[in-house]
Amino acid sequence: MKFSLGKYAFPLYAILAFIYLLIPIGYTFVFSFNDSLKTNLIWRGFTFDKWTNVCDREGVCEAFGNSVLIGVISTIAATALGTMIAIALVRYRFKFRRSTNLLLFLPMATPEVVLGAGLASQFFSLGVEKGIGTIILGHIVFCLSFVVVTVKARVSSLDPVLEEAGKDLYANPRQVFWKITFPLLLPGIAAAALLSFALSFDDFIITNFNAGADMTFPRYVFTAAARGVPAEANVIGSAVFIAAILLVLVTQINGERKRRLLLKKH
Amino acid sequence: MAFAAFSSSKPKGFSKPTKSGKVAIALLAPGLAYLGVFFLTPLIALIMVSLQAPDPDGFIGDYVAAFEFNNYFVVVSDYFPQMMRSFGYALAATVLALVISYPLAYFIGVKARPYPLLQKLMLTLVIAPFFISFLLRTLAWKQIFSNESWIVTTLQQLGLLESDQYVVGTPFMVIFGLTYNFIPFMTLPLYTSLERLDTRYLEAGSDLYASPSKVFRKVTIPLSMPGIISGTLLTFIPIAGDYINASGDFLGSSSTAMIGNVIESNYLISNDYPAASALSVLLMGAILILVAGYVKKSGTEDLL
Repeated sequence: MKFSLGKYAFPLYAILAFIYLLIPIGYTFVFSFNDSLKTNLIWRGFTFDKWTNVCDREGVCEAFGNSVLIGVISTIAATALGTMIAIALVRYRFKFRRSTNLLLFLPMATPEVVLGAGLASQFFSLGVEKGIGTIILGHIVFCLSFVVVTVKARVSSLDPVLEEAGKDLYANPRQVFWKITFPLLLPGIAAAALLSFALSFDDFIITNFNAGADMTFPRYVFTAAARGVPAEANVIGSAVFIAAILLVLVTQINGERKRRLLLKKH
Repeated sequence: MAFAAFSSSKPKGFSKPTKSGKVAIALLAPGLAYLGVFFLTPLIALIMVSLQAPDPDGFIGDYVAAFEFNNYFVVVSDYFPQMMRSFGYALAATVLALVISYPLAYFIGVKARPYPLLQKLMLTLVIAPFFISFLLRTLAWKQIFSNESWIVTTLQQLGLLESDQYVVGTPFMVIFGLTYNFIPFMTLPLYTSLERLDTRYLEAGSDLYASPSKVFRKVTIPLSMPGIISGTLLTFIPIAGDYINASGDFLGSSSTAMIGNVIESNYLISNDYPAASALSVLLMGAILILVAGYVKKSGTEDLL
């Protein structure tokens, strides 16, 4: 009998690939428990101190707070604007469709350093002082396109029969939208908002060009990198990672449970 | 395109876009106006700054509006090696990401089809690096390959590295970091395209006595071409403009500087705005040529 390499080769390869993808994450997590001094380069012993006293390190929590604030505001704005565009793209026929698609794609195709320098030049020529406000204005640009992509997929998968049924039952367009369309789009909108927050929270390049004196978490890490990043930064990074992964897993397992329930009913 | 992988649901009843007029405009106008003001005008501002000349009466860092096209010749002659390096590193990292991602995407999208939950969990693992800070994960690789690390000392003992040779700061390390950081951008579009692959075509191929490698070359690869193209685009573009991996505080050194590093240092450190802007315009131009090639081949609907 022929030994079938293919049967094991793929799963084995996948395991190796996942180990490779997870190594830096594991490293960051492990070194968040390092009993380190100012820098966090060598292992000096295990401690929970950095987790319990994370804000003791000057600037870490403030930078984290700014990043959350920027992420929340950019996400709300980008999700609202992007959802409207996604609905229009799927449901309406209009002129300039090609240019609209292109205008939405270009921010995703523009290297961050180009958009960062462009925004900084514009703010400079308008005499706008750089800070949290200009960071938010920049983040909305790149979040917007990713929201459109994510929500558009959801709008296209929506069965228009449901909305027509609502109309047949004398619902006015406003009621159809808020009672039928919006609840059905909600998973897509939520996914888009999550993605948008993740992109904003982790952005460094556009932020660095438009931050002025204000700190964000990635800027804090970048500035600290020259001298050595303290373990408290690893704590924040690991905590955000755990929160995000839990959120994604809960959503997925929930979705799978719903799917199984539906299958059982039929 | 990019994150279509997040929703595996396929379009069912694609409603015919028939309505038009005021509603569409009301839905589109705010978002597109925003992109007009905060995306298109900054690009125009960049072009204008790239043509500025130093202020004869001002200090260093003061510039006045001008049509100094010479700026472009100056930056090309000054920074030609960095431009070529960006292109070379981006090409190498994109090819590596494709080679590493393809079998993984194939496993998740084709082999694991009978197990939807497993598929979803594996996709979560693919995007897991996105959830840890980009800078922290890059620094983690720097520590793992640092000069005193066991990896480097082992390589030195095995004679693969000279005793005074290190890994951090070399082109190898920068390409390694770029590949790692952008692999999810390659795997996701590949997965999206392989997930839709009808495996009956593969069976048909082998029924017609094609060898497995021939089936792969003649059937699988052509059918997953949309994923390969969009994955390549999505990895190549951000890599070409990246300056974290190649920076001296992270995985690189002064001899690995890419175009992004030059733009950053000219803009934020030496305040040579025209040079930084001219380089940005050139980078953007090169990328627009790539995108134009893609649009010509696939149209604009598949972009999003």
